[in-house]
Order: sequence, then structure tokens, then C-alpha cells
Amino acid sequence: MMELFETQRAMRQMRKAAMQRGVVAILDIGTYKATCFVLRFDGAEVTPTEGVGSMAGQAQFRVIGAATTRARGMRHGEIEAMQEAERAVRTVVQAAQKMARIRVDHAIVCFSGANPRSYGLTGEIDVAGQEVNEGDVAAVLSSCDTPDIGAHRTVLHAQPVNFALDYRSGLSDPRGQTGNTLTTDLHMLAVDRAVVQNILHCIKRCDLELAGLASSAYVSGISALVEDEQKIGSACIDLGAGTTGVSIFLRSHMIYADTVRAGGAHVTQDISQGLGIPLDLAERIKTLHGGLTATGRDDRDMIPLTGETGDWEHDRREISRSDLIGIMRPRMEEILEDVRDRLDVAGFEQLPSQKVVLTGGGSQIPGLAALATRILGQQVRLGRPMRVQGVPQAAAGPAFSAAVGLSLFAAHPQDECWDFDLATHSYPSRSLRRAVRWFRENW
Amino acid sequence: MRSLIRRRRPDPAQDPAPSRVAYRLTRLWLSPFIRRLVTIVIPAALVLGGLTAYATQPQQIETMTRWSEEIRASVEARPEFQIRQMAVTGASPVLADAIRDRVGLDFPVSWFQIDPAVLHKQVAALDAVAQVKVSVELGGALRISVTEREPAVIWRRSFGLEMLDATGHRIGFIDHRDGRSDLPLVTGEGANAAIPEALALIAAADPIGLRLRALTRRGERRWDMVLDRGQVLQLPEKAPVRALERTLALQAAMDLLDRDVAVVDMRNPGRLTVRMGGDAVEYLRLTRSFGQGLVRQ
Repeated sequence: MMELFETQRAMRQMRKAAMQRGVVAILDIGTYKATCFVLRFDGAEVTPTEGVGSMAGQAQFRVIGAATTRARGMRHGEIEAMQEAERAVRTVVQAAQKMARIRVDHAIVCFSGANPRSYGLTGEIDVAGQEVNEGDVAAVLSSCDTPDIGAHRTVLHAQPVNFALDYRSGLSDPRGQTGNTLTTDLHMLAVDRAVVQNILHCIKRCDLELAGLASSAYVSGISALVEDEQKIGSACIDLGAGTTGVSIFLRSHMIYADTVRAGGAHVTQDISQGLGIPLDLAERIKTLHGGLTATGRDDRDMIPLTGETGDWEHDRREISRSDLIGIMRPRMEEILEDVRDRLDVAGFEQLPSQKVVLTGGGSQIPGLAALATRILGQQVRLGRPMRVQGVPQAAAGPAFSAAVGLSLFAAHPQDECWDFDLATHSYPSRSLRRAVRWFRENW
Repeated sequence: MRSLIRRRRPDPAQDPAPSRVAYRLTRLWLSPFIRRLVTIVIPAALVLGGLTAYATQPQQIETMTRWSEEIRASVEARPEFQIRQMAVTGASPVLADAIRDRVGLDFPVSWFQIDPAVLHKQVAALDAVAQVKVSVELGGALRISVTEREPAVIWRRSFGLEMLDATGHRIGFIDHRDGRSDLPLVTGEGANAAIPEALALIAAADPIGLRLRALTRRGERRWDMVLDRGQVLQLPEKAPVRALERTLALQAAMDLLDRDVAVVDMRNPGRLTVRMGGDAVEYLRLTRSFGQGLVRQ
């Protein structure tokens, strides 16, 4: 399991270096837009309140630069044309740097594609009635049996979400407690290796060092869900342009993440194809007039479809808003049905609470909450990202929940498997202790 | 409608992305070191270098020097800084004239051209001056307060007469003794080094003060006291006053000095020796011959 994490460990080192520099760039490379925040870490290290201690270090931060631009060369949250994606990243990084008036060398990146798949792993060791220490935690994490994730896949997140000591489960931090058997549940998120390598390459071509990678489904959950929702169990649906991220949180940990490879861009595409208008115009009327619930007034609400093809009749068409809703609604229904399927697969019904939070740019379609209530259950709300110091008003909407969540993630990273010292050298001392105990009991 | 103007390639302004070079240059510009270098260090170096190159030209140096001198002269010439007179206090008229000659200032003079330390040195170099205080007042007066040396003895040397004060320091030369006949006379090489001792001896010789003519320094180590009638009291090197007092006691008891004694030798305090005058020797010899019946009448 260890060799899997070498890249991640290198990124942790980079993150440490970035913390020392005090400035780090947050890059959310989405299908429709790329966002960059420049964070300045200026507080002392914050002591964690719960959970297995902070291995990666935590700090307070302030957003001193923010920029967003239209992403290019991206499809389904994956890089499709490297040159174009690189240009988008360069544009957005340069603009954010200009606003921050400082140069950034380290970037923490999130992306939404690459077919993330969740694995639940369990590990168990015998601690023989001793106090559990850090080495035991590392040992139990390394004792998890790695599933066969495939040769072309790589691990993006591997977070211990639960510890159990004998019959007591739900421990967030087993250290210092006494028991016989230490069990852990590990949530592992695997993604396509090629996509990650593309992103690594793209960041490298922009002269930046990658200081961390995250799944956007996970980080938008961090920012859009309030603390109680993260604790008692809830799902965050990040309606992006190319993908729709699904992440389920329980007891402040992500326990499941997945993406539906469809999103707002597909709605735009449907409008464009259905009405025979360019994509730009389709995007425009979707944003200005779009909706999901038709009322009687919508039949009289006419939307001009201006065009510049030269065909007078074609350029002067009009449709009613209910026509537009008739195009958008089936696609949104389809996406939400897919999300429902993913939630069902994950066993979302078994959670103590079935709160669903919709966020992302797509969640701004009027009437989405009503539609989602019919498909995803009664407890649906629209989520906006948490307020972060220094974020401009323009970047405070739900479309930026992944970027804001990534900022929070950069400042307070969840402990991952690779933060623990998984080395096997903790074993000899344990066996020695066992031998000593055996002697004491038998002689 | 399709654009009628033919364009070779799409407008580059439509692509908001910076080129790789522009991106790298922006990042370079944003790095603090380069930024400080370009905004502060290089301009400052250029300005300083230019100024230095301009100012080190000989013509500029000359202009600047003349300019600064003109300013300096104009400030010095202001009436607030003029000193118009000099007041010498505590000095006799002769000494005051000597001080004025020595200072040699041509009034009015600027306050900046007077260095009190130099003036002090100049005035203190005069022999007759014991102490001097120079104060330059901005009101326009230079004040020199002088304490004169008090003459104590006259020292006769082969080439003239010197007046010395009580410490042996020279006050001045005099032409003849008549002017200061009240002062005792000392002679001999190195007499000025032992003037305090000489004064003590003169004070102790008060009973025979009227007969005292001079004190003579012998070999720069001891004193001879010369009385009238050519009598000489040879005093020892150490404790000459005690030896003198012993002689005076002898004078009081036996009128030693009133007799025909040429030299009273007190150099060895344990053995007083007297050299008699020629008449006294003759008279003594005659008296002795009478006693032995040797004299033919």
C-alpha cells in the first residue's frame, strides 16, 4: 500500500513548503470555468479539536487574490486538450496573482472527473490490552487490505473515517485508549491515473508545483454542508457543468464519493440542439430564462432567439419559457435520477439523516429544489459555500463551492493515510513487547 | 453577414490567455526580489551613478566650491557675527599691549575666524601670563582675562637680568636693577630651578637681611649666600634653611658674621668651618707670637 502514496507524500511535502512560504494557489479546474484563489496563511497553527490529530498542520488563511475564467479544453472534468487547458490555467493564475500582487509557486488543485470510485476498507490489529499509540494507528491503517483498483487507477483520497476498539465503535481518535483489538474503517477514493497525470503535467507546464489534489465532489461538500449536516449524515450534490459530483458525509468524514458524468453543459447542449441555436445563446437563455417548473404564465413569456445567420425568419424566432422548461426539465430529471441511483448504491437510506444539499453552478436553476425534492427525498436544500475571509462577492455563489471548499481543505486538510508513518519498523518493538509480556506471564 | 474584411488569422486580442513568455515575465515581475530590484535598487543606482558622474567633473567641482565659498563668506560677513573689539582685563598696560601685538587681530573680524583655543595658546605663551581665559561673545566682543605672574626674584645671568616669579618661571628681561631694587638677587646657572628654596632662605635670613647681597647657585645643586664685605655663607645641598638658622644662632651668640670671617662653610652640617680674612690671620699669628715671646719689637 505504501508505494501507492509516494506521489501524495511528495505533495504533502510541497504543501509544507507552501505553508512556509505562506502563499498557495487554489485551482478549481472545472468543465466550464477555472477558478483560482490565492491564499495567504498568516495565522498560527490551530490546534485541532477532534479527530486523529492534524498530521499535515492547519492554519488560518485569507483569500488575497481571486480570478475565474472560462475553462477550455475540458470535458467531463478531465483535460481533453492540454494546450487549451494550460492556457486557461495560465490566464486564471496570472489574474489571481495580479490581484494578490504576489507570486505563487504552489497550487492545490481539484477536479471533478476521472471516474472516482469509493472503496471501504477495514483493517484490524491486536493491541493486546495496551494503550493505543500513534504507531498502532499507523499499523492498523497499513493492515487494511488494498483492493484491486486496477492498473490504470490511482488513489486520490484514503482517509480513516472510523476507529473501533473491541466493541466500541465510532471513535474519532483511539490514541490513549486501552483495548485488545483495534479496527479501522478506511475510505479510499480511486481515480483514473491518466487524468491525474494530465493535471500534474498541466500544472507543471504552468511553472507551478502541485501541493495537493482533491476531488471536487469532496471539497464542495466541505464548503456547502454545515457542520451538523456533516456530522449526522448528508449528501452533497455538486451540479457542475460537465459532471455532477456526489459525496456523502457522516460524522464529519466523507464516506462515499461518485460523479455522474452529466451536468449543466448537457442542458445547454440540449437547448442548443433542440432550438437550433448556437451554444453561447443557449447558455445565455438558460441562465436568464431557464427554469424547471412550468406555470401558466410561462406560456406567455416569450424568449427571442436572435441569431446572425442572415436568414431573417430563422433569426427572429421566439419560444415561450415553457418550451425552454420542457427542454431543460427532462435532462435535469435524468441527472437527478442518476444521482439517486448513486445514492442508492451507496446505501444513503441507511444513514440517520437523509439531508441532500444541492450546490454548484447548476443548482441556481429556478425550481430545482422542488424537482430534487421529488426525486431525492424531502430534505433537500440549496447550499452556498461557507463564507471565507477575502473572497469577493462575485465568487461567493454556489458555483464556487468547490473552490471555497478547496481553500478550506488546503487550510485544514483531513488526515489521510499517507500522513501516518506506515513504516513496518513499528512491528519489531511490538513483537518485542509481546515477548516480554509472554515472559512475564509464564515465568 | 460574413465579414468583408479579410483577416489573415483570428484576432489575438480575443484570446485572454497570456503567452508563456508573458506569463513567466509576469511571475518574474511579481517575485519580490526582482520587483524590489527593478523598482528601487536599479533606479536608485542609476540616479546615484548619474549624480556622481556629473559631480566629479572638474568644472562642476569648481563651480560647487566657489558656490559654497560664496555662501560661507556671505554668512561670515553678516553683522551678527562681527566682533569689533577686544577687551583685555587683569593685565598691566605693558602686558596688554604685548597681548594685543601677539593676538594680532584686525578688527572687525568674523566670529567664524576666531578660534578661542588658538588665542588661548597664543596668550598663554607669553611669559608674564600665569592664567588666561578667552571668551568670544556673539554680541561683538572678544574678552581676554589674564592673571599676571608676580615677580619674586631677579636672576642675574651673564647676558642680562631676568625677572622670575616664585616658581622660577621667567617673567621678562630687565635692563638694570634699579627699577626693582626691592627684589632679591640670585645668580648662578640653574638658579631658576630652585627659586622656592631661595625664597625660603631669604625669608630665614631676615635677621641679617640688610647685609644680604645675593644668593648664588653653585653647580646647580646648592646655594651660597653672599653678604656685604664679601662674606660668603656656603650652605649644604640638603636642609640649607636649618644650616642657615644655625649660622644665625652663632651670629646671635658670638657675632660670628661681624668678625673678619671670609667664608662660613656649612656644607658639612656636622662640622662648621670658617675661613678667616687675611687681617684676622695676621692678627692671630701676631697674638700667638706674643704669647710665645717671639715677636721682636
